[in-house]
Amino acid sequence: MASTITSPVSADDRVSARSLGARLLSRPEIGSLVGAAVILVFFVIAAPPFRDINNTGTILYQAALIGVMAVPVSLLMIGGEFDLSAGVAVTTSGLTAGIFAYQFSLNVWVGVLVALALSLAIGAFNGWLLMRTGLPSFLVTLGTFFILQGLNIAVTRLTSGAVASNSIGDMDGFGAAKSVFASEFKLGGVTIKIVVVWWLVFVAIAAWVLLKTQIGNWIFAAGGDAAAARAVGVPVKKVKIGLFMAVGFFAWFAGMQLLFVQNGVVQSGEGVGKEFLYIIAAVVGGCLLTGGYGSVVGGAVGALIFGMVQLGVVYAGWNPDWFKAFLGAMLLLATIVNLVVKNKAEAR
Amino acid sequence: MVRWQKRAAAGVAAVALAAALAACSDSGGKQEEQSSGGGGGNVADTPRMKVALITHSGPGDTFWDIVRRGAEAAAKKDNIELQYSADPDGAAQANLVQTAIDSKVDGIAVTLNKPDAVIPNVKKAIAAGIPVTILNGGLDQWKSTGALGYFGQDERIAGQATGDKLKQLGAKKVVCVIHEQGNVSLEARCQGIKDKFGNVENVNVNGTDQPGTQATLTSKLQADKTADYVVALNAGIALTAVQAAKDAGSSAKIGSFDMSKEMAKAVNDGTVQFAVDQQPYLQGYLAIDAIWLYKTNGDTIGGGEATLTGPAFIDKSNIAAVQKYAEAGTR
Repeated sequence: MASTITSPVSADDRVSARSLGARLLSRPEIGSLVGAAVILVFFVIAAPPFRDINNTGTILYQAALIGVMAVPVSLLMIGGEFDLSAGVAVTTSGLTAGIFAYQFSLNVWVGVLVALALSLAIGAFNGWLLMRTGLPSFLVTLGTFFILQGLNIAVTRLTSGAVASNSIGDMDGFGAAKSVFASEFKLGGVTIKIVVVWWLVFVAIAAWVLLKTQIGNWIFAAGGDAAAARAVGVPVKKVKIGLFMAVGFFAWFAGMQLLFVQNGVVQSGEGVGKEFLYIIAAVVGGCLLTGGYGSVVGGAVGALIFGMVQLGVVYAGWNPDWFKAFLGAMLLLATIVNLVVKNKAEAR
Repeated sequence: MVRWQKRAAAGVAAVALAAALAACSDSGGKQEEQSSGGGGGNVADTPRMKVALITHSGPGDTFWDIVRRGAEAAAKKDNIELQYSADPDGAAQANLVQTAIDSKVDGIAVTLNKPDAVIPNVKKAIAAGIPVTILNGGLDQWKSTGALGYFGQDERIAGQATGDKLKQLGAKKVVCVIHEQGNVSLEARCQGIKDKFGNVENVNVNGTDQPGTQATLTSKLQADKTADYVVALNAGIALTAVQAAKDAGSSAKIGSFDMSKEMAKAVNDGTVQFAVDQQPYLQGYLAIDAIWLYKTNGDTIGGGEATLTGPAFIDKSNIAAVQKYAEAGTR
């Protein structure tokens, strides 16, 4: 795979003086940014409510719901792996916090902490099993996907007698936890959900780690060529287990958002299929399915594109029968613009 | 595991334990759960039977959980061993019917929401001498299969009744939320509303993605300020719609199909105006009981016609009679 080896960093080393424009164009997320701009212009013209500034908060919320998980999934993909259990792991985390606090009649925060521990453990298990067996991440995380999906329903029924967890909305600590994970505030007339703020913070931190720290270099190296990386002293095993644990951490956060956004009830069948949305966001944002190339900001832009298209179709008031077809066509459009821009950039 | 990882794990466990000891909740939780008192009725002394209940439910769906409870209650009373299985995929559901035939059950209760896929195997079962009842879906097809009876609601009629109700309530523009694109029953409900009410617009959401549904409905209500009623087709979606209307700053009111514990609360405090109940518990119960009655006494229910379990409107005026059953998970 030639494309995985020629990272933008090495290109910079060889060319002594490149213009700012050329450097900008060689960034992995630039294509998706142009794609996002095209989609934005399209819907501003096609859907009048899209122009209303007050609706921006809703679009950002939709993007953040996918975007929060797209952060670690992008990192993981750059590190050469992906995680099919990420969608149901979110539900597992929400259920764990809810069920634990309810069953033992504890402060809600205890449930939240137990869920964090479990989510990190699931991530560590995925990473450890992957490293231990050398199986592809497709197989390992597919196994975890089914295990978690089954446990979500079975354990919920065992404890609550139904397929949704019991409400923890009236328990101690719920209000405080809700204000951290699922509150909202007004900013110049626009209602902003707190998860959007968290999302931006997460993207900033993860982008900084990826681009400015040694760990970031390790992630690129581990995803580009694990054997070569190992030969020059990159702790590939630690990096990959760490990345899976990062997915666990964010699954915990998304699970808490799911739990606290409404009255503390989680439906145990939720989350199936969401893993693909996270991967789609990362790929639309310029991460390579084969690893070693991509960016966190790109993943965020991918989530934004998905959010804009999903709600744009509704804002435009198009016949709902066509919804999925529009969605697919728009995503293809965004990805093709992405590809064209990238090819132009590389041709320079 | 290296040493720091072990230490971290131990640390997390210790913190959780310490917090657990110090942090009991004064309100809510299992401590407030009331024991409902085990009903412990008598069990029929007819020979033990094995009956399969096969639905098209996706995993973890509260509506189907209530159907199953009804079926289990009937099975317990009738000395029946109930085998529950479900698959939302038509071909896979048909295969479950075949599995039931293979394991020589004494009766099959099945949903026909994917009629073309499932009917051939239903006919096979009947040909093999296994009595079959149909529940929830398949109103137009059940007779042609030779099944014993049908227990469910006519979705179109339920939709029409809802349309009339909305007219009565003075609604002007209705948004009908379809949470499973392509589901015939859901389309029929919205169509029924349209028959009687007229100004109805459908919107599709992904029923297994609650936050995404909320954002989609918010945007719909932001885009269409004239919408003054949202009709959801299941309880979970209705509660999400309440939140969405709040987010959108819309004054639209919410009506819904189906009951649940949370829905009963919402109807009681007026956040949801009405719920159209099709009594899923009854559907499960009757579908199993009908098989027992047929096997033990040659009875059939419905006199050759479908037995309708709905629609029953539940609103503030009659919620009190329903709420305690909803809390117990049987309405």
